[in-house]
Amino acid sequence: MHAPFGTAVVRAAWIPVLAIAAALPSGCQRAAAAPRPARVFAAASLTRVFRALATEFAVRHPEWPIELHFAGTPQLVLQLREGAPADVFAAADESNMQRVVRSGRTAGVPEVFARNTLTIVTARGNPRGVRELADLGRTDLRVVLCGPHVPAGRYARQALRRAGVEVRPRSDEPSVNSVVSKVALGEADAGVVYRTDATAAHDRVEAVAIPAARNVVGGYPIAVLRTGPNRAVGQRFVAFVRSAVGQSILGRFGFLAP
Amino acid sequence: MSLHADIELRRGNLHLCAALQVEPGETLCLVGPNGAGKSSMLQVLAGLLPLERGRVELAGRVLDGGPRGVWVPPEARGVGVVFQDPLLWPHLTVVDNVAFGPRCQGRPRRMARTLAREWLARVGLSDECFTQRPAVLSGGQAQRVALARALAAAPSLLLLDEPLAAVDASGRTALRRLLRTRLFEFEGPRVVVAHQLEDALALADRIAVLEGGRVVQCGTAADLVAAPRSPYVADFVGLNCFTGNCRGGVVDLGGVQLAVVTPLEGPVSVTVHPRAVSLFRTRPEGSPRNIWCAVVEGLEPTPDRVRVRLGGDLALVAEVTPAAVAALRLADGGAVWVAMKATELQVVAR
Amino acid sequence: MSPVRRPLPGVLALVVALGVVFFLLPLVALCLRTPVARLGELLGSGELRDALWLSLLCSLGAASASLLLGVPLALWLARSGSRWCVPVRVLVTLPMVLPPVVAGVAMLLAFGRNGMVGAWLLQFGVALPFTTAGVVVAATYVALPFFVVTLEGGLRALDRRHEDAAATLGAGPWRVLCTVTVPMVGPSLRAGLLAAWARALGEFGATITFAGNLAGETRTLPLAVYVALEAEPDAAIVLSLVLVALSAGVLFALRRQWYPGP
Repeated sequence: MHAPFGTAVVRAAWIPVLAIAAALPSGCQRAAAAPRPARVFAAASLTRVFRALATEFAVRHPEWPIELHFAGTPQLVLQLREGAPADVFAAADESNMQRVVRSGRTAGVPEVFARNTLTIVTARGNPRGVRELADLGRTDLRVVLCGPHVPAGRYARQALRRAGVEVRPRSDEPSVNSVVSKVALGEADAGVVYRTDATAAHDRVEAVAIPAARNVVGGYPIAVLRTGPNRAVGQRFVAFVRSAVGQSILGRFGFLAP
Repeated sequence: MSLHADIELRRGNLHLCAALQVEPGETLCLVGPNGAGKSSMLQVLAGLLPLERGRVELAGRVLDGGPRGVWVPPEARGVGVVFQDPLLWPHLTVVDNVAFGPRCQGRPRRMARTLAREWLARVGLSDECFTQRPAVLSGGQAQRVALARALAAAPSLLLLDEPLAAVDASGRTALRRLLRTRLFEFEGPRVVVAHQLEDALALADRIAVLEGGRVVQCGTAADLVAAPRSPYVADFVGLNCFTGNCRGGVVDLGGVQLAVVTPLEGPVSVTVHPRAVSLFRTRPEGSPRNIWCAVVEGLEPTPDRVRVRLGGDLALVAEVTPAAVAALRLADGGAVWVAMKATELQVVAR
Repeated sequence: MSPVRRPLPGVLALVVALGVVFFLLPLVALCLRTPVARLGELLGSGELRDALWLSLLCSLGAASASLLLGVPLALWLARSGSRWCVPVRVLVTLPMVLPPVVAGVAMLLAFGRNGMVGAWLLQFGVALPFTTAGVVVAATYVALPFFVVTLEGGLRALDRRHEDAAATLGAGPWRVLCTVTVPMVGPSLRAGLLAAWARALGEFGATITFAGNLAGETRTLPLAVYVALEAEPDAAIVLSLVLVALSAGVLFALRRQWYPGP
C-alpha cells in the first residue's frame, strides 16, 4: 500500500524542484532590472493604517516600491538585532525603539509620528457591566492583557497601576489582536487594547472608554535604518508618513497627532 | 466425540464443498495440491473462517451452521490447532506460551506453569529451554512447543496444518515420530494436513484427497495405491497415471496409444508403477507392445533407486537402479526408448 | 547481518555529512550564545522551574491521553475494514499538517466558553481555556496523530495468525488484545508514545491560542521561550538549552527501547 504511494510522491516531488529551477534565472533577472523595494518593519497595531499608507504611497510614487512586514514590536526588534534587512522601523513604543538605536542600526534619530490611547474592550453589549478601570479588579471578571513586554501590555499595566487597580490577568497574550479575539470569543470578559484596535473590531467587541486623566498615551516612533536594501525610498516613505497626507490617513484610522 | 463436517464456502477462486467424518482416536490426513482448500478446511473447523452453507458438529454439539445458524467462536470450541509456522508469541517465555491455554481456562498461574512443564517434557524439550524466549529455538523445537501448547489446552479436536513444513530435513524424522506418538495418545478426532507421502503414511488412518475444493478420494493408503482416482493421487503415491478413452484393448491418450488388457470400453484411467517402465538406448526387440521414444528431463535419486522424469509425447516417471543409470548414460540426457508390458498397466473406469 | 560492511557511495556519504552539520549547527549556535556568566542565575529562576514542571506534566498528560484514545482508534483503523476508515484517517492525521495556530482556533470554537462543547461543559463547571487541562487538551490534539499513525502501522504489520492461535486456545477478544496484540506491537506502541510525547513537549501554537499564556498555569517551556525572546534573549537561550537537553536526554535514555541496533 505504501510503496506505490511512495513512488508517486517521489516522482511528484521533482515537479516543484524543476519549476523552481526553471524560475530561478528569470527571478534573478527581474530583481536586477527593477529597483529593489524598500522594506518597512511595522508594529502589529499599525497593520491596517500602514497598508492604507502604502497604497496611497504607491499611487503617488509608482516608481518607488515598498514592502511591508508586520509583527509584535519585540519580535521585530529581535529580528532586526539578528540582522534582518529593513529600511524603516515603526515601533509601538520608545523603549523598544531605543533597543534598536543602541544596536547601532538606525540611520537617523527616531521621531514620533503618531500617538494612541488605551481603551477597555468587552463583549458586544457589555454584559458584565464594565464601566471603568476599577471594574477590572473584580474577581468575577476574566481579564486578559498583552504580556508585560508587549507595548500595549506595558501601557495597560501602567494605567492600572496609576488607577490603583490590582488585576490578575488570566493570560499574557502575545498581541493586541489576540486580546481582541479572546474577548470577542467570550473566553475573556474584558481586556485592554489600543483605541484604534477597538475601532477596527467594533463589530465584534464593545469599547469602554478610559478617561483622559487616567489614560496612557503611547507614542509610535519611526526611524530609517542602515541595514535595508533601498534606504533612499525608505527615507521618502518616512517623509510621506509624517507629511500632511500621511497624518490625515493616520487620523482617519483613529491615531492621534504626535 | 466424533467430528462431522459438511462444509461449503467460497474464497477467491476456491469453491470449497466437502464433507468429512472423523471418529475419536482416528487420524484423517488431508492431502491435495496447493490451493485445494486444505488450510481453509482447518480454519473452518477451528472457527477462524465462517462457512456459507453446511454444518460442523463435534461430539454432538453444533459448532457452525446447521438449521439454526449457530456459530461458536474459536475460543469456545475446544479445538487445538498447530499451524504451519509455530506462531509462538515472542514476548512470552516458552513455558508461558504453553501455559496460555490453561490460564485461559482459569487455572492459577503456578498450576498452569506446572502443567506446561509436563507437556514440554512430553514433547521432548529440555529444561533449559523453558524459561527462554522462543526466538532461540530451532524450527523443530518451536514446532514441538506449538504442539505442547495446543495439547496443554486439553482440546477435544486436534488440527495440524502441515506441522512439518517449517522444519528442516534433519529434524523432520524425529518430529514425525513424536507427532505419531502424541497423536496416538490423543483421544479425540485428529485432522492433519500433509504435503508428503511419508507424513501421510506415518500419521494417517485414512487419507482424504482434496482437489479444487472437492474430496476426490478418501480411503486408506492401500486404497489410494490400489486405485488412484486422479493423476494427483497417483503422483502423490508415486504412480504414473494417464486418462483417456479405451476401445478394443487400446487406450488413446491423444498422441500415444497404449495396449492394455481389459474388457472395459469408454473413459478410463491407466496407472503404471514407475518400476514397470523399462528404458533402452536402442529400440528393444521382442514382447512389449508399448514402445516409444522419449526424452530424459531429469533424475531424482531415492534411497535405493533413481527416478527418471521423461518427456515427449507422454510425460511419465521411470524408476531404475543406479547401475542402469550409468549403463544407459541417462545423466547425459537425450532420447531413450520406453517400453511397458500391457499386463503391467492397471485400467480403472472413470 | 552481512559480516562485511560495504561503505555508502562517496556522494551519499558527503550528503550524510551535510545533513549532520545541518542538524548540528543550530545547537552549536545556541551553545555559543549561552550567557555563561549568568547561567547559574537564569537556571535557578522560578520562572524556568515552573515552565519545566508544567511542560513535563502536560506532555506526559498528553502522551497518556494519546494512549487511552489512540489504541482503540488505531485498532479500529487497522482492523475494521469499514468504509469510514478513509475519512476518519484523514480526520485523525489532519492535525499533523494543520498549522497549530489553526488547531488552536478550531479548539477555541469547539471547547471555548461559547464553543459547541465548551458551553455545555461550562454547565458542569468545566472550562478549558486558560487552564492547565486546556494545555493538555491542545497538546493531545496535535500529538495523538503521531501515536495513531505509528501504532496503526505496527498493527498492520502484525501476523494476525498469532491472534488466531490465542483464540483457538480459549482466549476471548479482550484477552487476545491484552496478552497478545498489544504486547506484540510493543515497539510501535513505544515509538508512537515517544513521538506523541515529543510533539506535545514542543507544542506552541495551539497552546498559546487555546490555553493562553500565564506563568505557572499555561506557560510551558516553548511559551516561556517565546516570552523571554521578546524581553530577555539571554533567558530565551537558556530556556531553549534546557528544552534541548531534556528532549535529547530522554531520546538517549530510551534509545534501546525504541530503536533496535547501535
